[in-house]
Amino acid sequence: MSGPAPANRLVVPVVVLAVLLAAPPFLSSYVLTLLTQSLIYAIVAMSLDLLLGYLGLPSLGHAAYLGVGAYSVGILTSRYGAGFGTVLPVGVGLALILAAVFGLLALRATGVYFLMITLALGMVAWGLAYRWVSLTQGDNGISGLPRPDVPLPWSLAGAIPFYYFALAGFLLALGVLWLIVHSPFGMSLVGVRESETRMRTLGYHVWLHKYLGFVISGGVAGFGGVLWAYYNGFVGPTDLDLSTSVEVLLMVALGGRATLLGPALGAGIIVFLKNLVSVYTQRWLLILGAAYIGTIVYAPEGIVGAVRRLSEATEPAPARPEA
Amino acid sequence: MDFWISQVFNGISYGALLFLLAGGLTLIFGMMRIINLTHGSYFLLGGYVGLTVIWRTGSFPLAILVGAVAIAVLGVVQWRLFLHRLAGEELGQVLTTVGFALIFQDLALVIWGGEPYTIPAPAALTGAFNTGTLYFPVYRVFMIGVAAVVAVVLWFVLERTRVGAMMRATVDDAEMAGGVGIDVRRISMGVFALGALLAAGAGVVGGAFVGVYPGADFEILPYAFVVVIVGGMGSLRGALIGSLLVGLLDNFGKALFPEFSYFTLFAPMAAILAIRPTGLFGRA
Amino acid sequence: MGKKLTLGVVAALVLAVAAAPPAWAQKGPIKIGFIAPMTGGAAQVGKDMLNGLMMYLAERGNEIAGRKVEVIVEDNQGSPAVALTKLRKLVESDKVHVLTGGLFAHVGYALAPKVDEYKIPMLYPVMAADDLTQRKPSKWVVRTGWTSSQPSHPFGEYVAKTLGYKKVAVIAMDYAFGYEVVGGFQKTFEENGGRVIQKLWAPIGTTDFAPYLSQIKRDADAVFALMVAVSSLRFPKQYEDSGLKAKIPLIGGGTTFDEFVLPSLGDEALGGVSPLIYSAAIDTPINKRFVKEYRAKYGKVPSYYSETNYTAGRWIDEAAKAIKGDVENREKFLAALRKVEIPDAPRGPIKLDSRGNPIQTIYIRKVERKDGELWNTVVKTYPAVSQFWTYKPEQFLKDPVYSRDFPPCKYC
Repeated sequence: MSGPAPANRLVVPVVVLAVLLAAPPFLSSYVLTLLTQSLIYAIVAMSLDLLLGYLGLPSLGHAAYLGVGAYSVGILTSRYGAGFGTVLPVGVGLALILAAVFGLLALRATGVYFLMITLALGMVAWGLAYRWVSLTQGDNGISGLPRPDVPLPWSLAGAIPFYYFALAGFLLALGVLWLIVHSPFGMSLVGVRESETRMRTLGYHVWLHKYLGFVISGGVAGFGGVLWAYYNGFVGPTDLDLSTSVEVLLMVALGGRATLLGPALGAGIIVFLKNLVSVYTQRWLLILGAAYIGTIVYAPEGIVGAVRRLSEATEPAPARPEA
Repeated sequence: MDFWISQVFNGISYGALLFLLAGGLTLIFGMMRIINLTHGSYFLLGGYVGLTVIWRTGSFPLAILVGAVAIAVLGVVQWRLFLHRLAGEELGQVLTTVGFALIFQDLALVIWGGEPYTIPAPAALTGAFNTGTLYFPVYRVFMIGVAAVVAVVLWFVLERTRVGAMMRATVDDAEMAGGVGIDVRRISMGVFALGALLAAGAGVVGGAFVGVYPGADFEILPYAFVVVIVGGMGSLRGALIGSLLVGLLDNFGKALFPEFSYFTLFAPMAAILAIRPTGLFGRA
Repeated sequence: MGKKLTLGVVAALVLAVAAAPPAWAQKGPIKIGFIAPMTGGAAQVGKDMLNGLMMYLAERGNEIAGRKVEVIVEDNQGSPAVALTKLRKLVESDKVHVLTGGLFAHVGYALAPKVDEYKIPMLYPVMAADDLTQRKPSKWVVRTGWTSSQPSHPFGEYVAKTLGYKKVAVIAMDYAFGYEVVGGFQKTFEENGGRVIQKLWAPIGTTDFAPYLSQIKRDADAVFALMVAVSSLRFPKQYEDSGLKAKIPLIGGGTTFDEFVLPSLGDEALGGVSPLIYSAAIDTPINKRFVKEYRAKYGKVPSYYSETNYTAGRWIDEAAKAIKGDVENREKFLAALRKVEIPDAPRGPIKLDSRGNPIQTIYIRKVERKDGELWNTVVKTYPAVSQFWTYKPEQFLKDPVYSRDFPPCKYC
């Protein structure tokens, strides 16, 4: 793949970052709230992108890891008064462990069967959250969670500080994932996606690559879950719904697979779409449904993919053989 | 003893309803490799159309017929316009069919409102057969009968007719089937229509049992999926065994381990998949 | 020309000041934020709720305490997380003065801490989780509805003493609302000599009750069922089909037979006895008028969801009037909301107890057919029932909140 020169490529992200950094004072607090929500969902979407985009494994159970992270916050802070310093490693750690277990089961399958088995595992996680009442408070969920206590000179209680906190979390996740996908390991993930047989012949341990990708993806999603619980001050079984998993899939597909920033953009679009459209019409479900179908019909490679294709088309690119 | 007899009966009757729903789902998958998350919507919309027919005409058989056929047409349109080009793209299928499910859910709310309804069953199908201490509700017997007839007819068509042979050939290898002169496109469309027809018919039959209400679509869908996954995608026999298994598991799970009623459903499914990723009767 | 204009403006200003209504009239409308499911499975409940509120406001010409009223409706899709987002929107973006609505206990628990954080009054006309006015009270939540166990307390006594049942088997929805309704019933029923001999918990969304029905102990004098929404639709039918109805009478929590599902039920529901804070069949002129006008307007009998939200509109009205429309002063508004007493709501007289839950009439109702329709005929009323029934609040609160295992099932 060619595309614009590296320097050009950096322009858009840098501008976006600058806007994200400078925006808060100019935004209404509600828009800021939605932006915070978008950043957190972007983390989860990017984590799924590692699995779906780079490894070609569509998971229908990604909400499970978000849920583990979120419930770690809920249970540890409400029961033991644990601070952010404890909750974060535990939440991410548990998500990694859960992904390590689920990965053993799910990676036995491919394609459609992978979708189905992750769906089943996601439902098991949801069932746990729903039925293990002594631990999760079941249907009621856990509410009244405090904002994280970080050793910073200002409190995270306000909307603007928490926004920057979420932005920092987003950049951290982006950084980690970016390093991974641009490392030799990340390259070999793409190799596995394109042709397992070829990678196997080349001496790669294909299963291990997929497994590691699966576990890391779960861990990052768990990190998003931790932030999500702090943001809402609440965690409940609905956070683990199938619809959450499907929505995250849509975010990735809408933004563009295997682009990291695409899914982040997708997350923002979906969050704003759901919340702003519902102000104007009660029939927003129709519009969301149309967004699902429209994405597949008009932008199967996602927004970022489409933009890249267009910008490549306008440049006098060297003739390439059709793939 | 009574406990076991009535639980087995209940499990089978619920499994019968699931079979009507899952049979079509598994055929659609087997034929076209399409994961159809709109399948629950066919069940719901079939129920609503049937309800409207009953209100207008009072005829239960007509309700089943009209409900099933109307939704079969809807399914075919959906397939012709969108789904048929998504072969092999799991992600596209999931998102498109979820999109349709959302749209149908909201349209149903606009058209029929959000009140919960039941479809009134004809008087002959109400009440129960009573043998001493045991009760067998007539309607459950009826559901088992319908499922049995459908299973036999499907089996006959698939195994003993020319169309069935073409369908099986398409399931085995669509490309090859096309090569020997089978109109794969038409066969596929027919199967899709059949799947929607069965689901919508199940919606009317089930509407007298579980009700017709917003949310029924997403409530029943996971069950249908569990059946198909456990039985093996694409296998009619798998769907039949899977339905009975899920019906019985659900029943005994709820009766014997009420605290774990979700586990008794989903955990065995995960276990079966871990051992046989393609389900009991599925082929990779 | 310029001069004339100036003069005109001055004249207009003078006139305006002279004729000025009190200052609050210039503050713009009173904004009410309403959160409820408007799409998805519970959409119709949300609609019933909204209809109740809008009907009240329409009766007042959309004016409260001399100010126009604006209702901003937000759909939470039945989800607590979405409800939190919508709460933020209503408070921060729309700058509403008061919030109302809400469905499902978990939404209530999720919203309460945020409502306290924003320091904005919110009415809970429907959400009934006991602890919101018991062990986990919230300053800014004003519950104008009920606690789940409130109707159950008198009902336990009624079943033991009036109906004379000694042994009751329970089948209930397996979540907090179910535990609380059943717990309240079990406590007073057993204190009056009855015995709960079995407790079966069915998950929400149970389609097939057969596995539970076949387990019900046949020596029970009655079966107490707690169903909600769709399960209320299915359960009585399956109960009848299993042959049980002919042998053991069916009683239950109020939502098992409420007006929300009654029109969809048939003879299988006849004879069902249940308690609630409302019945559309309450035989008072006020309620008859309410039912008649609600039917004329929306084409159906009002459910308790409609009544409680109709009364919530009245509640806001009364409080705003008491402070002369100065709803911008939130502390004052909250205090006024807590002081409201309504002697003549459709469901009867209501006032708040010291912990902020209504003291109100509990109706024991029996499903009967009248002019071809099913109605919850009132067979007995318990006036002025508090959430603590006849217990001392301090004593009552020493017990844990009703749960799956509390009160323990001694006779199971």
